[in-house]
Amino acid sequence: MTQVLDKPRIVITGRKVVGGVAEGEALVTRETISGWGGVNPATGTVIESRHELKGQSFAGKVLIFPGAKGSSGWSSIFHMSKLRGMSPVAMVFNIMTTKAALGAVVMRTPTVTDCDTDPLDHIRTGDWVRVDGDAGTISVWDRKPG
Amino acid sequence: MVMLSDAEQAMLDGAQGAATQKAMELLIRYADALGAERFVETNNVAGVPGSAPQWVKDHYAADGGDYRAVFSRFDLDSDEVVDVPRMNAFSCHLQGGMDPTLWEEQGMDEAAFANFQSDEAEVASHGIQILKTCTPYLAGNVPVMGEHCAWMESSAVVFANSVIGARTNCEGRESTSSAMLAKRVPDWGFHRDDYRKGQHHVDVQVPVDSIFEWGMLGYFVGDAVQDTIPVLTGNISEQSLIRHKHFGAAAASSGGVEMYHMVGITPEAPTLEVAFGGAAKGERFVYDSAARKRIYDLLNSVGQSEDVDYVMLGCPHYSIEQIAQAAALIEGRKVHENSALWVFTSRAVKATADANGYTKILRDAGAFLMTDTCSAISQAVPKGTKVAALDSAKQVHYLPAMMGIEGKYGTTADCIDAACTGKWRGKLA
Repeated sequence: MTQVLDKPRIVITGRKVVGGVAEGEALVTRETISGWGGVNPATGTVIESRHELKGQSFAGKVLIFPGAKGSSGWSSIFHMSKLRGMSPVAMVFNIMTTKAALGAVVMRTPTVTDCDTDPLDHIRTGDWVRVDGDAGTISVWDRKPG
Repeated sequence: MVMLSDAEQAMLDGAQGAATQKAMELLIRYADALGAERFVETNNVAGVPGSAPQWVKDHYAADGGDYRAVFSRFDLDSDEVVDVPRMNAFSCHLQGGMDPTLWEEQGMDEAAFANFQSDEAEVASHGIQILKTCTPYLAGNVPVMGEHCAWMESSAVVFANSVIGARTNCEGRESTSSAMLAKRVPDWGFHRDDYRKGQHHVDVQVPVDSIFEWGMLGYFVGDAVQDTIPVLTGNISEQSLIRHKHFGAAAASSGGVEMYHMVGITPEAPTLEVAFGGAAKGERFVYDSAARKRIYDLLNSVGQSEDVDYVMLGCPHYSIEQIAQAAALIEGRKVHENSALWVFTSRAVKATADANGYTKILRDAGAFLMTDTCSAISQAVPKGTKVAALDSAKQVHYLPAMMGIEGKYGTTADCIDAACTGKWRGKLA
């Protein structure tokens, strides 16, 4: 049983944005995320009107999202969430922007992009995800391996 | 890995001091994250260097909790605290947290104001221009076509790229603070010719001929193309600085538009073919009367109340032309006792408004002309505000969500009427 649980459902390969290894529960959205004005850095909660994650926090989660949008305050809001202990533990995104790159760098969270398959098609909220930034791999389990 | 010139390697080795060394270290991590192969030089940087609310300073209490600690640890993301010299690049401070004289009116306390004054003194002493605006191009920093800049503020970035033809990515606080020292940014994105070409086509089929219409079109375009580059053709007329300013701010908010082309209007789009770098490609979006109505309804979707207790104008910061218009619309009238009107601009533009008597006209009507900030940036609205009326699609996008209030979008005249009557009567003509 343990062996079955230990084998990831899928391993996705991409490119390192920020190195390091971290794992946690996935929080997945198909909608791009605004930092400043879209996230409360004190709680890591998405506050944007009409956003599908509105009211949910990425604190301690692996954030899987298409990319960043909106204000240039993206990196500093995510950076402040790190100061508050409310940042994601790792990130995976599809669309490279200066906002998302700089945010990942200053949070120092393992982050991967440019994946060989669309992570949004293969990862669901609640999955257990390990992001190895240096190897550029994203391992996905249905739940935390035992 | 990003390649370094000899000068960049020397900065990394500490030849220009510890702060510039830390700045290069951050810029290299950032360039590698982007996948950039080299840096470009810049001598035009706009950011929010070192300014921080008290809780951020307190977070770095063990490092001294001062400007130096915040600049080192937060802005440069350095593990150690370094001495921060005068900046090497031409550097400007964008918008800040409160009005330098009307801060009490904005609900700020003396401790917050003292922190604001202390940060501003530090910024000035580090050779950074105190523009305190989201519209640096209206306050003394107008780049030229092709100039490599490192700017924050999405509405200023989209204006610089699209309307001026300058070259900047939407930089962040840490990259701009680093660029102020190292005079470098990654050669990626909008610094490169191929990246500046259009990706989707927007066909404008209804007349877009006022600031209100340009704002709605911008909001539509950002929603449609997200963070890509749209090429607009069709029924767009009577361009002006303030219309571009509102269009770009809206498109950068609803999507993440950092550059747009309007064929026959913007400098890198003399023809459709030049704008796309070939034939039109991507998706084709149509802005017609149904789309226009949908956007208007979307911008007016947060709340049902017709009682307006706050009107905010000046997102992005009002130009002198807009202040003159607002003064003309309100002269001889009074802001309603149940409402308030705050108008935001830069210090440079306010000096002109003072000279022209517009500040006094607004004040005599019961309104305030404020500088440095806006309600979204400072999270300051008149006490008890439940419903705000706004003439900016960008501000409607942000302020209700941030403050938990209702929002209305309309023309400047709709908004001033609401301020003077306390009632919203705006509608789509």
